[in-house]
Amino acid sequence: MNKVMLGAVITGLVLFTTNLVIADDDKYEKNERGKGFFSKYFGKKLDVAPVKNALYKEECGSCHFAYQPGLLPARSWKKMMGDLENHFEENAELDKEIQIKLTNYLVENAADHANYKRSIRIMKSLGKNEAPLRITETPYFIRKHDEIPKRMVQDNPKLGSFSKCAACHVNAEKGSYEEDDIRIPGIGRWDDD
Amino acid sequence: MKVKILIPVVFLLSSNMVMADALNDIFNEYKQSGVSSTNEKAGKTLWNKEFKDKKTGQSRSCTTCHGVDLTKTGEHVRTNKPIEPMAPSVNKKRFTKVKKIKKWFKRNCKWTLGRECSAQEQADILTYLKNL
Repeated sequence: MNKVMLGAVITGLVLFTTNLVIADDDKYEKNERGKGFFSKYFGKKLDVAPVKNALYKEECGSCHFAYQPGLLPARSWKKMMGDLENHFEENAELDKEIQIKLTNYLVENAADHANYKRSIRIMKSLGKNEAPLRITETPYFIRKHDEIPKRMVQDNPKLGSFSKCAACHVNAEKGSYEEDDIRIPGIGRWDDD
Repeated sequence: MKVKILIPVVFLLSSNMVMADALNDIFNEYKQSGVSSTNEKAGKTLWNKEFKDKKTGQSRSCTTCHGVDLTKTGEHVRTNKPIEPMAPSVNKKRFTKVKKIKKWFKRNCKWTLGRECSAQEQADILTYLKNL
């Protein structure tokens, strides 16, 4: 009897978590975080896997936000890492050995290899062979940010562009991009409703 | 007894010694590349000199990101990421790793001057910075 009960609970849990991962509309997103069984009992499910690689943090994160590998597909990272001398009009050359190590890290943890909410949605929004170099150019990113008026970001003297994730997403480094964790510099909380 | 006194002394000195080690190594390399003397003033001048970027027409110097006061935190001109102070008197981690010194010279000279810095230029800049 006990075994049957345990089996039922496990099956239920598996089904429940699978649904959470598959669910793709924004209303569900809010429920998932606020009242969802999963978040209530197992803590926040992160949007993308946080960066744990010290080399990546050091080499890439010393100039800009250490974007999580789960924010772009492997094909994008490969393309980017193959042309570091012209890295968004900057020189970001690395030793061959470090470049290989970091490329491997990025590819292994890229959006197409990650089972995290935002990674999955970014991948869904991209064509099969699309390999954008900018996270801000993925259709999912554009869709999620299209309501924000220019004055708050591009024309905001404290900001200037969408590339500085952590400037507004205060828990971006931990891999959280939830709406409750947004504070726009000089403006404050962002509320969608 | 002697050992007890030595331990904290060694501990205090160690960060300076790491810097001295790395600097010794890199200055030896400069010497081998033909640098016979260094010029702190030339280093300071080069550090503050403005260069025009060919592609963008922007004016660039080391101070664009590192700021004017090298005992203060700088800011990456494009990403706004803070850059720890250059002056070793306030930032003990500065110039403690040869690899890092080389990496940043290479990248940042290319960005600022549009070319790599010569061994002489690097030696001069480092002579200026290490005493800050």
